[in-house]
Amino acid sequence: MHLVFYLSTMLSFIFRRLWLSALVCLTVLVISFMLTHLSGDLAASIAGPNATAADIAIITKNYGLDRPLVVQFFDWAGHVAEGDLGRSYLFHVPVSGLIRERLPVTLALGLTGLIIAMLIALPLGIIAAMREGSAIDRGIMLIALLGQAVPGFWLGLLLIVLFGLNLQWLPISGIDTWKGYIMPGFVLAFSAIPALMRLTRSGMIEALCADYIRTARAKGLSTTTIVLKHALRNAAMPVVSITAVQLGFMLGGSVVTESVFAVPGVGYLAWESITKNDFPVVQAVVLFLAVIYIALALLADMMNALLDPRLRI
Amino acid sequence: MAPVLSIANLRVSFPRMEAVRGVSLTLRGGETHCLVGESGCGKSISALSVMNLLPRSAVRSADHIRFHEHDLLAMSERQMAWLRGDKIAMIFQEPMTSLNPAYTIGSQMAEVLERHRRASRRQALDRAAELLARVGITAPGMRLAQYPHQLSGGLRQRMMIATALMCDPEVLIADEPTTALDVTVQSQVLRLLRKLQQEMGLALLLITHDFGIVARMAEHVSVMYAGEVVESGPVEQIIKAPTHPYTRGLLNCIPVPGMTKPGEPLGSIPGGVPHIGRGFLGCGFRERCPMAARECAEPVHLHDAGEDHFYRCRLPPDWKLDASP
Amino acid sequence: MKTADDTQPLWRRRRLPAFGRLATLLGASIVVTAFVVAIFAPYLTPYDPFAQDLNLRLVPPVWMESSHAAHLLGTDQIGRDYLSRLIYGTRISLLIGVLTVITSGLIGVTIGIVGGFYGGRVDALVMFLITCRLSIPLILVALTVVALVGSSLTVVILTLGLLLWERFAVVARTTTMQVRNLDYIAAAQAAGASRAHVLVREVLPNIASHLVVVATLEMALAILLEAALSFLGLGVPQPLPSWGLMIAEAKEYMFFSPWVIVTPGVALFILVLGINLLGDGLRDMLRTDLRHRGW
Repeated sequence: MHLVFYLSTMLSFIFRRLWLSALVCLTVLVISFMLTHLSGDLAASIAGPNATAADIAIITKNYGLDRPLVVQFFDWAGHVAEGDLGRSYLFHVPVSGLIRERLPVTLALGLTGLIIAMLIALPLGIIAAMREGSAIDRGIMLIALLGQAVPGFWLGLLLIVLFGLNLQWLPISGIDTWKGYIMPGFVLAFSAIPALMRLTRSGMIEALCADYIRTARAKGLSTTTIVLKHALRNAAMPVVSITAVQLGFMLGGSVVTESVFAVPGVGYLAWESITKNDFPVVQAVVLFLAVIYIALALLADMMNALLDPRLRI
Repeated sequence: MAPVLSIANLRVSFPRMEAVRGVSLTLRGGETHCLVGESGCGKSISALSVMNLLPRSAVRSADHIRFHEHDLLAMSERQMAWLRGDKIAMIFQEPMTSLNPAYTIGSQMAEVLERHRRASRRQALDRAAELLARVGITAPGMRLAQYPHQLSGGLRQRMMIATALMCDPEVLIADEPTTALDVTVQSQVLRLLRKLQQEMGLALLLITHDFGIVARMAEHVSVMYAGEVVESGPVEQIIKAPTHPYTRGLLNCIPVPGMTKPGEPLGSIPGGVPHIGRGFLGCGFRERCPMAARECAEPVHLHDAGEDHFYRCRLPPDWKLDASP
Repeated sequence: MKTADDTQPLWRRRRLPAFGRLATLLGASIVVTAFVVAIFAPYLTPYDPFAQDLNLRLVPPVWMESSHAAHLLGTDQIGRDYLSRLIYGTRISLLIGVLTVITSGLIGVTIGIVGGFYGGRVDALVMFLITCRLSIPLILVALTVVALVGSSLTVVILTLGLLLWERFAVVARTTTMQVRNLDYIAAAQAAGASRAHVLVREVLPNIASHLVVVATLEMALAILLEAALSFLGLGVPQPLPSWGLMIAEAKEYMFFSPWVIVTPGVALFILVLGINLLGDGLRDMLRTDLRHRGW
């Protein structure tokens, strides 16, 4: 009886959340279409600055840009729904193929960044919370503050000069070996560390102030158990949310990092396509990254529902 | 009988406040000792000092805090942790916030036995179910899988008591265990505590602001005011012949079975609890006391009224209000 | 009789510690200095930031060998004075920061207050808009828009302004919700004040302090984003001395003379740090929550 009730509430929660995500996906579909079709004259952009009026007219006709926008949208959306993201103007191959080829690199980079970020941010955040107000805490928060002010692309260049050129420990660009992931992964992680660290710290401070921590101490539990089992579990929910969100941001931010390190991922593809007016690819990458973000946010909510027994009922 | 727990001259201070000023207390095996007083009088702080669970900004000192022959003051935090929950257990006022919302009842009960007895999860859960049954919770097996928010306040406090008893402690410190509960539930929980205390031979240190509970539960009582024990002794003795003006005032405020005549109006103590800063001298109650005199601003010593009854006041044990000038 | 104060004696007001005060002061002085430098740029610069001198290319800063005393921070790849370009760069960063925050603030605060004040379906729509905005990859969309519309200062400001409103909306929404239920808001409504009047005259001043904190953080973000866009070649157009653009232009020379990327980056770092320090300080001053600590 209890289980049935539990499952039905859980299912309705999941259903509502899925419905919302689908709506957001649809909106993002419209936005990514409008992005390329409403700002400026698309045919002129594709043709480039030296094109004649005749060239532009041919492009307009070939790509069907003379049709009403609504028609163009439904034509494109229909194809997207079938998994056909269009053809690249530049490479003359299906966009989906291009993305499929580059996606593993970006995902690997994003995950590397996430792991580095968590390995640095979580322990530091926990230590800062346990020593709130102490010199250690202030030092850690100062690191977060300094880190927030460093432009990621600039850090990337400095790392290239230092570790790539002067020390020659790591490759300057590309990902021919696993070493190629270290610097871009670190730069990506760097953007997420301050937020992750602050949230871990504030969540842990709040959890450590709770009455149940005093109870746990009154039960004679070890400090490790108290911090890692009782406090961290309750601080984990916002941390899980922000981690998923930050991974989404990192994948979005891969445009900059991949360009700096010449990593052949989705972000680099997008940047190249933007500079070369290959808009079907741009449109597809925007849509793709947005859908990944939506999926990550959905995943975070599901995990939170699992973490907090109160949310389930 | 040798005391299980004895505290001598305990002082606890915070940056801007002297919370406990020289409290001494002895707790014997199988006895209930009540620490009674208004909010902010330092009774909870005294209890937390025994457990070494004070907030970080608190400074604790004492001539000794002894559990049997072990000096708790000399113990490291690690050693204290092994004692807490095993030999000395404690339950708190707010059973909702005192339980971790993220873990099941079973998990929160079992971890005590796993920690102190190196029991397996299975053994610990069996013991937990047994104790839940003992504190009067029906279907303990089902309760173990539930989360705190699924239980009522009374059930949560029973579960807290059961958790405290997991390792058969010798001392149970209960900090206002029934204050947050409904009156009817209060009475049931008190009856349960009394029953368990007698069956298990616990030494119970019960903290309360309610003299009605004292009269019902305790053998021994210490009345606290402004960080000091102003009067202590056997409960019947104190109720029959309260000596300190504060104790008399407190007893005047409540109906005591057999003492208050029906229809007689209850009294009240005018004024409020003073702020005790550093360097405060003399009787903390003097600003509210009908018998206050100039000498009350000097340190007051403990007077013996006989039969284990002590009080901290300049007046003789048999003073009368109308006899004063 | 509740005895919460008995068991929890440590409810104390969180005071700004000396360290925090110092940091806030440092942040404030960095920001003020940056504004002074930006406003008086023409009087402070030793050279015209656009004047090229092809005979003096990539002159290193004075503390390095073979430098020229006349060019304190050296010159770039086409012989423009680096210090002068950095000083004018302050103008661009602050212009972008301030105007973007004004644009995004207007959008976000309006959306947030409306959602928080009206609640129900209006609020659901606001939350939906915020969710949609968050799922759009920020830099990618900004790059695309700039690429299509053409790069100019105005385009960058408008693009960032249209994209960076969600934190304003989130904060305005939650704080409005808290303020909405206060007695004097209800009193103003009962007294017959129009909704628009209540929103602008009663709600806005009460949430303004929170919005100032968001504004500082968004300003720092906008400055960093402009630098990244310009670095990727799709932000502020050449030959404007944007710090991000300076780094991009100097990139090919960084292996031989690393200082060319260091100085604009340091300028960016200091300005953003100053704004963040100021924002953090303001937030700490606002924090009035009373907390107990049992750990």
